[in-house]
Parts: sequence; structure tokens; C-alpha cells
Amino acid sequence: MIINHPLLGPRDSAEFVYMGDAALIDRPDPDTASPEDWHDYAYLRDNPAGEHRELWFHEGGDRSWLVVTRNTVTHEISKVELARDVARARGRST
Amino acid sequence: MHDLAPITALGGTEPRIDTVAGVTLTEKPGLALASIAARHGKEAACRKHLKALLGSVPEPGKAKLRDPEAGFWMGPDFWMIGAPFDSHEDLAAQLVKRFGTSASVTEQTDAWAAFDLQGDGMEAVMELCCNLDIRQMQTGDAQRTSIHHLGCYVIRRDPTDWVRILGPRSSAGSLHHALHTAMKAAL
Repeated sequence: MIINHPLLGPRDSAEFVYMGDAALIDRPDPDTASPEDWHDYAYLRDNPAGEHRELWFHEGGDRSWLVVTRNTVTHEISKVELARDVARARGRST
Repeated sequence: MHDLAPITALGGTEPRIDTVAGVTLTEKPGLALASIAARHGKEAACRKHLKALLGSVPEPGKAKLRDPEAGFWMGPDFWMIGAPFDSHEDLAAQLVKRFGTSASVTEQTDAWAAFDLQGDGMEAVMELCCNLDIRQMQTGDAQRTSIHHLGCYVIRRDPTDWVRILGPRSSAGSLHHALHTAMKAAL
């Protein structure tokens, strides 16, 4: 499997480490979140057969975090973004 | 007064040099290093200082090879600066003065061991060592990769049969062993 790094170009997936569902970016607000929100954030994951947004860490490369949109049935990768761009687009760390 | 003898990353008093079939692996002490991380919201100011220092800002996967200060891209808004240790022992302090609050500067000199691999056949050695497409890399390209499970920076220099490898200093012996073994296998 090849991941097309947005900055460095196509790289072998062996250089990357899978870091889980990209929903981890949507951490609840510590000031307002209820224990149920934290429970959902920590433990609950969707397990779709089809398109899935995932975090991949370029451990054997520039160590950037990516959001990879991957089809779990065909392994086709349709989109690769820098995780920090995704987080900032949602108003985090701006 | 202490009477301490300086040693190289491999523990010798002189840099180690190994030659296999025309390719030479040379331990390179004498390199001062410091990293520059642009602070949030001050990326433009940081790039301006970087341009003043190096002449241009190294883009992803690139190095700026020049004397005395050189630099390469390590990640988004993150660069390494290198210079001769003899003239720039206080490199980090110099950079703090130059970059002010636009960047966070980290002293890196004693974190890395540098090796130069040069000669006809260097590419075959690198292909055995790491995942990089070394034949696609040109002078001035700099990439991070894993060599012998160690995170290393590989910088292709001028002339093109020459790469510099920066690896973790605490594992300098392992890195040297891996490179030397690959030389004996590939050449």
C-alpha cells in the first residue's frame, strides 16, 4: 500500500504507523464535556465497511500526522491531508 | 583544571574511516547543530530570519548546502541548521539571538552522529540500508528515513556520489555497523 504524502509524495505504508480513527481529532471541550462525552470519545468507534478517515503517523519519515481517507473494503486511498490542517479547519489550535 | 580527552561519537580519539571497494565511510565530528521550530502564528517572521540566514528557506525534502551555516527541512515549520563546530560552538545561542521569539531553538549538536558515505557504489549501499529512492534524490535533497531501525537524515551532497547521514549519537556504533555491513554486502 502506498500513501501519497501531501508534502513528500508517494511513500510506502511501511514507513507509517496507524494511529486510529481520525475522530480522535474531535476531542471534547474539557470545560463543558460530560463524563458520557469522554466515554464516547475514549471508547466508541465506528467500524465502517467502506470509506474511513484514519490517522497515520509518518514515523519512518518526517513524523507528520496525516488524515487518510481509505476504503476499508478495497484499500483504495482517496484523500490524504495533514492532520494539523484538518484540525485547524475545525477551529483547533488557530 | 580537568584534563579530559575529547572522543568522537564512536569513542575514538580520531574519526573512523572505512573503505570498501572505492566507497568510503567517514565519521564526521566537528558539526554544530541546532533545530528551529517556528512558533505558532510567527511562521512568516521565522521564514524571514531563515531566508536571511541561509539565502532561501529549505522546502519539504530539501536542504540548503552552503558555508558556514547550512540547513535542511525536518518537518512542517521545522528545520535543522548545521555549521562547523570550531567557528559555531555556540550555534544555538546565535540562532536564539537571530530568531528572537519567532522560533524555538534547540541545541542538537550532541544528539547526532554524522557519517559521510562517498564513492562510486554509494547508491547500492543506501538501497540496501533504507527505504529511500536514492537514485531519484539529487544534490540538495534531504530526507528522513529508518536505517537499521534508527531514524536518520540523509542529505545528498555535491558531488552526487556523496551522502551525509545524521543518526542518533547514542546509537552511533549500531549505525556504523549497519552501514559498514551494507558496504561489505553491496560492493
